[in-house]
Amino acid sequence: MTKQIHLAAHFPGVNNTTVWSDPAAGSHIEFDSFTRFAQTAERGKFDFMFLAEGLRLREQNGLIYDLDVVGRPDTFTILAALAAVTDYLGLTGTINSTFNEPYEVARQFASLDHLSGGRAAWNVVTSWDAFTGENFRRGGYLAQGDRYERARTFLRTATELWDSWQGDEIIADKRGGEFLTTATPGAFQHKDAFFDIEGHFNVPRSPQGRPVIFQAGDSDEGRDFAASSADAIFTGHATLEDGQAFYADVKGRLRKYGRTPDQLLILPAATFVLGDTDAEAADFAREVRRAQVSPQTALRFIEQLWNTELPDFDVDGPLPDFDPVVSDNLISKGRASVRQFAKNPVERANEWRARAADGRLSAREVVIEVTGRQSFVGSAETVATAINQRVQAEAADGYILVPHITPDGLAPFVDQVVPLLQERGVFRADYTGTTLRDHLGLAPLGRPDQAGRHDERAARAAS
Amino acid sequence: MTATHIPAGALHLAVALDGAGWHPAAWREPDAQPDRLLTAAYWVDLAQQAERGLLDFVTIEDGLDLQSDDHFSRDERTDRVRGRLDAVLIAARAAPRTRRIGFVPTAVTTHTEPFHTSKAIATLDYVSTGRAGVRLQIGGRTDTAAHFGRREIPPLSVERRDHPDVQALIEQHFDEAADYVEVLRRLWDSWEDDAEIRDVATGRFIDREKLHYIDFEGRWFSVRGPSITPRPPQGQPVVAALGHAAVPYRLIARSADIGFVTPRDRAGAAKIVAEIRAEQARAGRADETVHVFGDLVVFLDDNAAAAAGRRERLDELAGGPYSSDAQIFAGRPAQLADLLLDWREAGLAGFRLRPGALPHDLAQITDALVPELQRRGAFRTAYPAGDGSGTLRSLLGLPRPANRYAALATNERV
Repeated sequence: MTKQIHLAAHFPGVNNTTVWSDPAAGSHIEFDSFTRFAQTAERGKFDFMFLAEGLRLREQNGLIYDLDVVGRPDTFTILAALAAVTDYLGLTGTINSTFNEPYEVARQFASLDHLSGGRAAWNVVTSWDAFTGENFRRGGYLAQGDRYERARTFLRTATELWDSWQGDEIIADKRGGEFLTTATPGAFQHKDAFFDIEGHFNVPRSPQGRPVIFQAGDSDEGRDFAASSADAIFTGHATLEDGQAFYADVKGRLRKYGRTPDQLLILPAATFVLGDTDAEAADFAREVRRAQVSPQTALRFIEQLWNTELPDFDVDGPLPDFDPVVSDNLISKGRASVRQFAKNPVERANEWRARAADGRLSAREVVIEVTGRQSFVGSAETVATAINQRVQAEAADGYILVPHITPDGLAPFVDQVVPLLQERGVFRADYTGTTLRDHLGLAPLGRPDQAGRHDERAARAAS
Repeated sequence: MTATHIPAGALHLAVALDGAGWHPAAWREPDAQPDRLLTAAYWVDLAQQAERGLLDFVTIEDGLDLQSDDHFSRDERTDRVRGRLDAVLIAARAAPRTRRIGFVPTAVTTHTEPFHTSKAIATLDYVSTGRAGVRLQIGGRTDTAAHFGRREIPPLSVERRDHPDVQALIEQHFDEAADYVEVLRRLWDSWEDDAEIRDVATGRFIDREKLHYIDFEGRWFSVRGPSITPRPPQGQPVVAALGHAAVPYRLIARSADIGFVTPRDRAGAAKIVAEIRAEQARAGRADETVHVFGDLVVFLDDNAAAAAGRRERLDELAGGPYSSDAQIFAGRPAQLADLLLDWREAGLAGFRLRPGALPHDLAQITDALVPELQRRGAFRTAYPAGDGSGTLRSLLGLPRPANRYAALATNERV
């Protein structure tokens, strides 16, 4: 059977994928940019738009990182406002489970779900770093190993809050005078190592019951977390082989949690460059990669991997001939990707040098090669075919597209690729439902007092 | 031109939105819409109605607990509206559907993170293009604290309100709120207006010299900064607080742009205004504008008997007379206009009217009270036009403040 493709749009982020130096690049903070972006995605009948979040500005060498886009809005607030300028588009926000409390996050998502008519989704992320903690009451207190446990527990607790209202408590009987059928709506009690809370949740059950749950972790623990608790997973595995391996692995984990493959969508992030011909697109893609890795950005990347300042380094010359500084103390803070470098920097530096030697590349050219490769490059026809092939080959259930230009970088995809996918019958010609669960093909949630048991059994089976 | 629109000494008018209205039986009125309280359309309709009346702003009530008739603990009533949506998100959902009216949602200072609230209100300012404010409220209920499990708050009650321990606790809550405002304001200023430079030659998106750590350290929280959200359009969104006694008056005087107060008569209003002005002087803010707004619950009808009768009927449905921290007015819009203009003489800049029932009393405010005040030359006849006039601060006559860090940084650079 031909699978239907799911498409989503990632608002360009605060990293070097986003090319702010392009003359077409607009504001990253004015509401008009967000409106245009969301309305473009909705014009393309996308499932949802996606917002990332970081709760402390990144630093390198003890200074605020100034080469990429800096600054973004509050996730909940901007999504609630976008609900006012769209009608169908799902609204997915990244919210940290470390520097928030379940009662507050649960009420914000339930409110967003009400205010958007059932379009809210939560990408659950965790962090433990004391660096980000300096902005919050709690500070940095979480052992690294505890972060998934906190995230799992946080999500379970939030789910208990969402499920504390069944959905039929409010009768608002003007004549009889009863507003509620119960004197204790939203009653909950939760106690574990992280949260000891009880009382009454104050947001009645929302249209979707709870937001759609996204998870983005790639570790073994993260994959299990997604398999046990998420509706969709946001990954980096956009190539065919990587995607197929990841897809098989994660979908294979569902059974042990009593879930079926259609209950967890796998949606890699993907970049794209379009052209009238494949050759033209390839040229353009190369230009974009050069713009994404300015000489200054190349130097910062090299400093991140070598984990040291390189004040007089020439990025048009060779890579450093000494090995990276291996240390738990990283010169770059507040940036998840750098922790990938930190895992085995010496090995990675050797790979970079090998790339340089093979291709006779300068330091900057190596950075361009290793960091900037776009997921889909070609004519609209080529890109549509590639996306469809990967989805049909079970490398993904669809893609979260990351344009490199704000706010109009999505428009060429919507105008050129979406119609081709629609013609092939693998992408919706129009929305057929109103909630994000509808768009994603997820069954509606039943009443919690009947449906909720299932999750608990699954959680017990997993523990 | 502008002068004909805004008479000298004109009042500022705000409306306080809460559920189906402030009377606990308001949801049972024939025109009430209790089944729409959790929908976006309900709030958009109310905000648009308030905007048709040229009002300064709407406030939106909130709390991190179920509503209760008892200010200090949860009741178990089933005959009242219970359950609500997050006020900041309601404001964000309604703002793009309006053009000129301000939004001042409630945020609780006791259990939330000032870092999150700061960027939420900054973002509300972006999505409303400069029409955001925030009304800060302490969350003093014991059951609310249990929703967070991070601190114990001993039970309070009306009887024990004057006990020294209770007074000390209340002072602590308000001291925390003052720290909270300080953090909000520092974070809003933590980016200078021209920090974004997009300098292709040097590859820099921002001039990081124009971003500032706020390094706030206090008893309840420490916040390093800078904000993740650039300085909002108004620079400093409007900060408001409600107060009934010396401790909150001090918060208003020290930290707020607007204080909502609850006098019972003109003399009471004068006394409160004097108290706030004295605290303001003590805090070194004598030359800054702090607007004092009188709060009133209003039941408005074409004739006074109808208004009084409606209030009585609602009291009967509610099972007892409605009492409020604010003075309750039931009568004709023209009578209310008399009262507002009288109390204004006590130094009130405006009023926050709490409609007894929605949508009825809001419609009376916009369609009858406002025209009455306009006839008397006491209220604007159009929103002002012109550069920079679209913000809530400008509507309130508040200047766009200089950035506290920009001045310092300039001195350092010199």
